[in-house]
Amino acid sequence: MRKVAVIGAGMTRFVRRALETPKELSWEAARMALESCELTMDDIDAVCFGTAPDAFDGVHMNGEYASDGAGGWRKPFMRSYVGGGTGIFVPIQGWYHVASGMFDVVLVVAEEKMSSYYPHAQAAFLTIFDHTTERPLGPNLLWIFALEMNRYMSTYGLKKEDIARVAVLHKRNAAAHPCALLGDANITVEDVLNSEVLAWPVQRLDVSPVSDGAVAIVLAAEHVAKRLTDKPVWIEGVGWHLDTAYWTNRDLVYPRYVEYAARMAYEMAGIKEPRKEIHIAEPYDPFDYKALHHLEGLQLAPRGRAIELYLDGTAERDGDLPICPSGGLLGVGNPIAAAGLMKIAELFWQLRGEAGERQVPGNPRRGVAQAWGDLMQVGTVVVMGR
Amino acid sequence: MTVRFKQFPGVSLSEEDFRQGKVLYQMDELKAEYAWDSGIAIGAYLAGLKRGVILGVRCSHCRKVVVPPRTVCEWCFRPMEEYVELPDTGTVNTFSLCYITWDMRRISEPEIPAVIHLDGTSELGPSSVIMGGILHKLGEVDPKEVHIGMRVQAVWKPAAERTGAITDILYFKPIR
Amino acid sequence: MSDRVAIVGVGWSGFRPKTPDLSYKELMYEAAVRAYADAGVDPRRDVDSFVTVAEDFIEGTSIFDEYVPDQLGAALKPVHTITGDGLHGLATGVMLIRSGIARVVVVEGHSKASNLLTPDTILAYAQDPVLNRPLRLNTHFVAGMEMHRYLYESGTTREQCAAVVVKNRRNALRNPLAAYGADLSLEEVLFGPPLAWPLGKRETAATTDGAIVMVLAAEEVARALRQDPIWIRGIGWCNDSPSLESREWGNLPYIQEAAQMAYQQAGLRDPWNEVDVAEIDDTYAYKELQTLEALGFCGYGEAGSLLESGAFDLDGELPVNPSGGSLGVGHMLDATGLMRTLEAVFQLRGEAGAHQVEGAEVALVQSWRGVPTTSGAVAILSN
Repeated sequence: MRKVAVIGAGMTRFVRRALETPKELSWEAARMALESCELTMDDIDAVCFGTAPDAFDGVHMNGEYASDGAGGWRKPFMRSYVGGGTGIFVPIQGWYHVASGMFDVVLVVAEEKMSSYYPHAQAAFLTIFDHTTERPLGPNLLWIFALEMNRYMSTYGLKKEDIARVAVLHKRNAAAHPCALLGDANITVEDVLNSEVLAWPVQRLDVSPVSDGAVAIVLAAEHVAKRLTDKPVWIEGVGWHLDTAYWTNRDLVYPRYVEYAARMAYEMAGIKEPRKEIHIAEPYDPFDYKALHHLEGLQLAPRGRAIELYLDGTAERDGDLPICPSGGLLGVGNPIAAAGLMKIAELFWQLRGEAGERQVPGNPRRGVAQAWGDLMQVGTVVVMGR
Repeated sequence: MTVRFKQFPGVSLSEEDFRQGKVLYQMDELKAEYAWDSGIAIGAYLAGLKRGVILGVRCSHCRKVVVPPRTVCEWCFRPMEEYVELPDTGTVNTFSLCYITWDMRRISEPEIPAVIHLDGTSELGPSSVIMGGILHKLGEVDPKEVHIGMRVQAVWKPAAERTGAITDILYFKPIR
Repeated sequence: MSDRVAIVGVGWSGFRPKTPDLSYKELMYEAAVRAYADAGVDPRRDVDSFVTVAEDFIEGTSIFDEYVPDQLGAALKPVHTITGDGLHGLATGVMLIRSGIARVVVVEGHSKASNLLTPDTILAYAQDPVLNRPLRLNTHFVAGMEMHRYLYESGTTREQCAAVVVKNRRNALRNPLAAYGADLSLEEVLFGPPLAWPLGKRETAATTDGAIVMVLAAEEVARALRQDPIWIRGIGWCNDSPSLESREWGNLPYIQEAAQMAYQQAGLRDPWNEVDVAEIDDTYAYKELQTLEALGFCGYGEAGSLLESGAFDLDGELPVNPSGGSLGVGHMLDATGLMRTLEAVFQLRGEAGAHQVEGAEVALVQSWRGVPTTSGAVAILSN
């Protein structure tokens, strides 16, 4: 198996409504990623692109439309797609492009412009439900999260005021991120608990904001990476699994698709005790409870007990296992595919010691990033180390 | 990152920018139409709903009973051909009180979506993580009284008004 | 390529303009069962990774990826979607195997084109939403413009384009999977109804429903599974500008580059003499000629007269689209590349029946994602 390194990264600010078009956002992020490792498009052998539903943009074959913005002109170009998990899948796609031996240097771009959808991006999610057995009920994207959160809380007897600690920590962390949309150094548990009820038990501040933005990274084969940088960050493990589409046949209390994806990535990375061998975790956090859910799937906490990491300070930036030092989706923002790749960029900067104000102390050596998507269904996991 | 980069691209716009016409945009309304073939399994399910019956299906290999029906057991990859008429009663597996419509408009009386584990289907347990649950809504109930584990029964449209759709069941109500 | 990857099983279902008896899931299931039986694999036990090619607007479902796993035997397994043609899916399978992360990969593509009630509206959403779509032109105009420029630059004639239709739909008469076999005269094509002049309606492939599933395996697994694996010797893909305002209209640089990538991997220097059969794009009749030239089978502007000489007939020097192509079999949307690969596998196994090309050892497969894209891929297969 060829070794593959991340050698550069760039991102736009995550904003509620961007002036830039999807092509422009893609290009801005790509340009920064290239500049960060002093490459140009001439050095790029292939482009991998990630963006979530075409419905946001109202553009059919949106990958083709955005391809030139992402640098896909006269290059092998492909778009991969696993719903919300795309942001962590597209680097996996880049990984297999390089690991296959077919390409040495690959540009990976993830972009999302959710603000184009009128009147609200959430409405685009109606069409994720089964067209015959579910859509006629008029389902709302929030339903499925609320159903899962309620099941999770009820099974383990978790309290809303505890789960709110997740939102508080991530949004506070995001205050140090220059690209963040919702960073807030002073937010409290009361703010979360007093926010508007959307779909009980989900309240406004339990949720990450819809956003526009793009992130890009550059991947290189070992022999190229060593020539271009003295601080490569290796992709040590990749994993992904997709559970059955019949989500009402499953117990939503536990994301076993994340567990399977994590085990696949850990096995490749040679990790036997994830809690001891991983120093930073960027679990997917579009909703606060989901970070907990995913930490359990990632085998970083026993089932029903991930909240303890937040209650005892382990999750804090200077804790024993910093969680979402970036600020996560809850704080930085959630332009779907871009938000996932933002976590990869964060690990890249953290492991190189370049995260500035957000730097996790103690020279972390290894991190894991994870995303989730589809109908409570897909887990995508990347382990990175130096 | 902050070491290398001082400036990040991305210009944030406000609603005001649009109202004042500072930015231009192109409106378009998507009007795509589809007629999805329901096929064998979902076709049978819809025909069942039309006559007031919820159909499940049993795997001849692992013996799981699930709903909605399908032609293949996704766990054994063996054909599923044994259809089962299920009672229209079940237990609330999870629910929400939703104050937002599908297109994010606010409503004062919540909709109550729920996953309902239907009687006569496979149950969650030490040996199975699969059950026969469906998505539907709850009605004729005070939102404050809904709880996980509540027993419920389907409320059907009058037979003459049924069309062979999931909405032939209006909602599920508590069994008192 | 050094790490060899083979196709060890193929399955299909549908291949009819309408398939009202089956849902898309059931259509996929039927193709999958056939492919697994053909390969002698159990998807729950033997398959490491699954790839589907699909586009949301075609399915009428956002995040169609959700509905892929169950009917393929892929629940709780590594599955992902590529929004590309079937050949992009095949290339992904090759990369997964060569990377070492999978030894057996399943690639699936399908078309339920008959379920789209407004196909032209949906296709119009692929146009640039600000610069092009507001002009409210039927998207086939892009093909009309490209054909016009191609005829102008290459000297190819409308008669030569029409002859592609005659050939392919006659080939389809010999193919039981083809929905649109016909014995047409050149005049019937030329003087048929126009679509986007100079492009005629009969020069445009009609859609069909169907699903195709292929099982790919690493060399040692392939040899253990069957005597006659079909090797993927090279595969390449490329995009040109998506913008109508800044692309080349007379040439297909993305097909040239995709072909060079595939040829280099396969060690193929002289396609005309080394390829025995080609299944290539004929979404619109002129595309077959333009593509043959981009693939380097002949010089620019030469494909038309070669066609008239019978070189591309079933018994010609280089049989092109012996299946009947998209014009004869029907256009299967993004499953098209897999439809052509299926035919190539039949040809290389010697299982093509009445349209068998005698002694076929090397096949070229090429696909394009259709208007308004500039996205294409090329594969070289051998037995």
